[in-house]
Amino acid sequence: MSFATPTSVSDVESGLAANGYLADEGLATAIFLALSMGRPLLLEGEPGVGKTEVAKALSALTGGELLRLQCYEGLDASQALYEWDYPRQLLHLRAAEAAGTINSDVAAVENELYSERFLVRRPLLDAISDRHTVAPVLLIDELDRADDEFEAFLLEVLADNAVTIPELGTFRATVPPIVIITSNRTRDVHDALKRRCLYHWVEHPDLEREIAIVQSRVPGASELLSRQVSRLVAELRTIGLFKPPGVAETIDWVMALSALGRTELDSASVDASLGAVVKYREDAERVRAHGIDALVDSATTPSK
Amino acid sequence: MTAMGDQGPLGLVELLRTAGLSVPVGNLVSFVEAVGIAGGDLRSIYWCGRATLTHSPMDIELYDRVYRHWILGTEIGLTEMVASLPESLVVDDDEVTDEEQPESADVEADDTTILRFSRTETLRSMDFAELDSEERSEVDRLIADMRLNAMTRRSRRRRPSKRATGVPDLRRTVRESLRTGGEPINRRTLQRTRVARRVVIIADISGSMASYSRSLIRYAHAAVSARSQVEAFALGTRLTRLTRELDTRDPDKALQRASDSVADWSGGTRLGEGLRQFNDEWGTKGMARGSIVVILSDGWDRGEPEQLAIEMARLSRVAHRIIWVNPLKASDGYAPLARGMAAALPYVDEFIEGHSLASLDRLSSIVSGNSSRPVRSHVND
Repeated sequence: MSFATPTSVSDVESGLAANGYLADEGLATAIFLALSMGRPLLLEGEPGVGKTEVAKALSALTGGELLRLQCYEGLDASQALYEWDYPRQLLHLRAAEAAGTINSDVAAVENELYSERFLVRRPLLDAISDRHTVAPVLLIDELDRADDEFEAFLLEVLADNAVTIPELGTFRATVPPIVIITSNRTRDVHDALKRRCLYHWVEHPDLEREIAIVQSRVPGASELLSRQVSRLVAELRTIGLFKPPGVAETIDWVMALSALGRTELDSASVDASLGAVVKYREDAERVRAHGIDALVDSATTPSK
Repeated sequence: MTAMGDQGPLGLVELLRTAGLSVPVGNLVSFVEAVGIAGGDLRSIYWCGRATLTHSPMDIELYDRVYRHWILGTEIGLTEMVASLPESLVVDDDEVTDEEQPESADVEADDTTILRFSRTETLRSMDFAELDSEERSEVDRLIADMRLNAMTRRSRRRRPSKRATGVPDLRRTVRESLRTGGEPINRRTLQRTRVARRVVIIADISGSMASYSRSLIRYAHAAVSARSQVEAFALGTRLTRLTRELDTRDPDKALQRASDSVADWSGGTRLGEGLRQFNDEWGTKGMARGSIVVILSDGWDRGEPEQLAIEMARLSRVAHRIIWVNPLKASDGYAPLARGMAAALPYVDEFIEGHSLASLDRLSSIVSGNSSRPVRSHVND
């Protein structure tokens, strides 16, 4: 398999498509710019529109290793950057004691203890390590879940593509990583970080694109089924659900229905598999109140 | 003649700045660089600008409008756009200058004077709606000094602890054991830190609530500028997020910016619909999760009470505590008869007045977790 750095926006578009991600022009431009300018790309959008998938497809396209950092509240340097391997350090100390070296040369033992041998690399440090020959794709997922402290710290790492570990010195990326940051906007990401990033708001795809996405993701499903499900989901997004289904749900649903051996939609199987696409009891009730038969009818009648 | 002129893409940036989008020099440089890379045709310029100059969906909306103007150069577009901004400024200017400007002069003149005790005491219990402009300014000043210390919850972060028991702090333990020949004799521990819960303030800005919501939003401003984790929303015929607008030191300026961004200040209220919007766009996605939600409203809802009940139920499933502030509750013989209020009450943890400084103090103490009284015994006192 050959990997190449895309040289134009349409290159990115076709390259991602070859790896199962159908990006629209805006997203492709943003990705192309992020690659050419060496800047992080901040992706925001509704849950389930495929923000995380961008990083996966990009990694497949460029051949860079995908390093993923899932953010959560309280995420700190020891989980994001590096940590020492404490059990092994203790073991090493005991061994040194048994060998009698610890009393003769404490400084040497200490140096050994805080050497790369005992360093546990977490995703951020890993992304800037010199073991990469191709720029890795660093996915920082759901940044809005981490706290302000982590953001400030991330900004520092991203600004220089370098990390300083007091005991070891500074690590600097030989090939700077391609950084994709996603956020669901549960809180605002700091302006300082936003200024460093390129920004793209990921929209729900239009119907034709969604059908194409489903077909490329679930190649086993019948074309008719993909089309009908996409149309039905598009309809569901308009009836005021708490959580309107995203592309991820459309894909899940087509997978579910085709696993049940369906090649086209019918009311009974929609009713039975509704849980694949609607995740709140109230939403399921609303769909049923709206009339599954009517929904299926309008999704299965050939379009004008 | 188009507006593109001979400045090229820089003309677009110029227009964006005029229209109120903040474009720092760094982003301008990125934009030019991006256009250089992606090509200078109009489509590329459009997408390059979106990637480098916008930072949120709201920015994109503005960007699209300005871009259209830049391309089409319809002079009407420009005048409409530029005119529409100052227009709302003028309207709000009136309200603000009339009531608040003279006061702020006052405040500067005697900012070392402490309010006379008796005066403060009277003011504390006065209804916000019944203040004259001088009293209003003193009240505003007192509100600005209020600090909000939200109740805390356990954080997932840990810090070194002095206690003997707890989660082992291996980092320090390993360091210490160097001293004791590799034997971890002095075991160190970690303990969890505590963080303040987020406070979400949703203020009804309909006509009858205007003077109360202004005070509460001032109160929110005091909290935002004191760096508490506070989010503020204005609720009228639709929901408007005010947090960013309040993020400035000067309360008058903050209030001004907030009122600029609210299209329907002092219109009617659709509580249920507004809360639905809050739940959909912010609340259930994470903002309200584990938070203290403060809703200021008299409970008069133009929408369906059923919808309000559903949305309150959704909110109560994610929020840590819901505090409903209803200034009408202060009046004698008040009973929560408004249909909206009645529908919402079962999901409310605290139901308080919020019509005066004293009751804002009480709000502060509830938010900080120092005071808690059950809802029902409190309804008719």
